[in-house]
Amino acid sequence: MKKVAVVGYGNTKFTKDELPIESLLLESTKQVFDTTKNLSQDLIDGVIVSTNDNSKYLGAILSELSGIKPKISHTVEHLCSSGANAAISGFSYIASGLVDTVLVTGADKIGNPGQILEWDKSRGEFDHPIYWASMFTKAHKRQFSTTEEELAIVSAKNHKQAMDNPNAYSHKPYTISEIMNSKNVTDDLRILDCSYSCSGSSSILLTSEETAKKFTDEPIWISGIGQKTNSASFMKNELTTSSSSVISANDAYKMAKITSQKIDIAEIHDAFSVCELMAVEDLSLTEKNTSASYVRNLFNTEDRKINPRGGLIGAGHPLGATGISQIVEITQQLQNKAKKRQISNAKKGLVHNMSAAATSSTVLILES
Amino acid sequence: MNKFETELKIGNFVTSECSHCNRIVWPPSDYCDNCFKAVNWRKVSQIGTIIELSKKENDVFCITEFEDKIRVMGKLDAEINMAKPGQTVRLSKCLLNNKNSFFFSLEEIKEILEK
Ligand SMILES: [Zn+2]
Repeated sequence: MKKVAVVGYGNTKFTKDELPIESLLLESTKQVFDTTKNLSQDLIDGVIVSTNDNSKYLGAILSELSGIKPKISHTVEHLCSSGANAAISGFSYIASGLVDTVLVTGADKIGNPGQILEWDKSRGEFDHPIYWASMFTKAHKRQFSTTEEELAIVSAKNHKQAMDNPNAYSHKPYTISEIMNSKNVTDDLRILDCSYSCSGSSSILLTSEETAKKFTDEPIWISGIGQKTNSASFMKNELTTSSSSVISANDAYKMAKITSQKIDIAEIHDAFSVCELMAVEDLSLTEKNTSASYVRNLFNTEDRKINPRGGLIGAGHPLGATGISQIVEITQQLQNKAKKRQISNAKKGLVHNMSAAATSSTVLILES
Repeated sequence: MNKFETELKIGNFVTSECSHCNRIVWPPSDYCDNCFKAVNWRKVSQIGTIIELSKKENDVFCITEFEDKIRVMGKLDAEINMAKPGQTVRLSKCLLNNKNSFFFSLEEIKEILEK
């Protein structure tokens, strides 16, 4: 299997504007061309689009708008984790030798249809994500005595970190008490503990080891991949842990031949505050039953190790772009190019992208 | 529309079941997810167990599990502090109105009050 590197990227601002999907896709693609040395259209032989949008044939449309005539082009849809899964497709085409260089571009519009899984009979009329998030939160409170304050710290930390992310939809800091006193969506969910669907687009350029040096002096290698789909319906046995995250993380660590202790920085799928508390344990970034104190300590010491770009809560969540935007952030961190968000001496990073009440998860390990 | 939906429309909560594997096939499907033989359809037990619950405005909603396998979300006709996970509920009503809806009532309300 060939080695695969991230060698270029682009990221639009995440907004609440209703923009055409094609324009969004093109915007972050243009940035890849503007910022990657020696890149020309004829060097790209794969174009993969990640989106939940209802428009068809977007791989071909983006290729045409960008002047690319790829060997392989198609769309990937897997709800909220479409982005990380599109990156895996791109990786696989290069690793197998089928193509050499792939553009992976994700985008969604604020009103995208990926937020509701119509098919799920187990949720019925309770189809909005706030209902499963309330179940996760209530169960977490029950099992770990998690407090409203501990949940609010996740949101306070991620909103604060998003202030240094120029592409985040929100640049407003919130205090812990403002979050705790924000509108009750349900008895167990405050509105500021929720991420928002946004309009936005993110792109990465992936290539083989032989070609990487042509485009960058600092290729970032995708060294580990794990993906697990347990189900489509919301019928988990345990509500306080995501077994799809545990399994995909273990597979990714194994492939990268590292342990979780080696991870310097991580982008994790905080669709709701409780998801970050669950994920830091599921990804073995902290011990079981220590997530709240772990996140509190990050907040108190201004340590940006988890969700440096502000997470989904702070940066916004354009579904098809989110996983790719996470990869862009880790790439910038490992290249020491994350500006105000930069953490010191980051060598290995992790991306955690999840779908539909944690019924499936994807984990990537990146290394400089 | 499959059998689950046509039955729900007339107020019956049914599940698919494989008589060959002797197991419930849930979510509802035309074929067994183990052996791919055609399923039978039958009514689900009216008695279930609360897995978790919360409240939105005045509505208490919960995940209820039936027959150790079938989990659905629905509305619970009770005060939030009267109910907890593990408690037995009865399916009081179900319907299909664009989306499926389930309604539960507490089965052991007397016992709880005495505690
Ligand atoms: Zn069977």
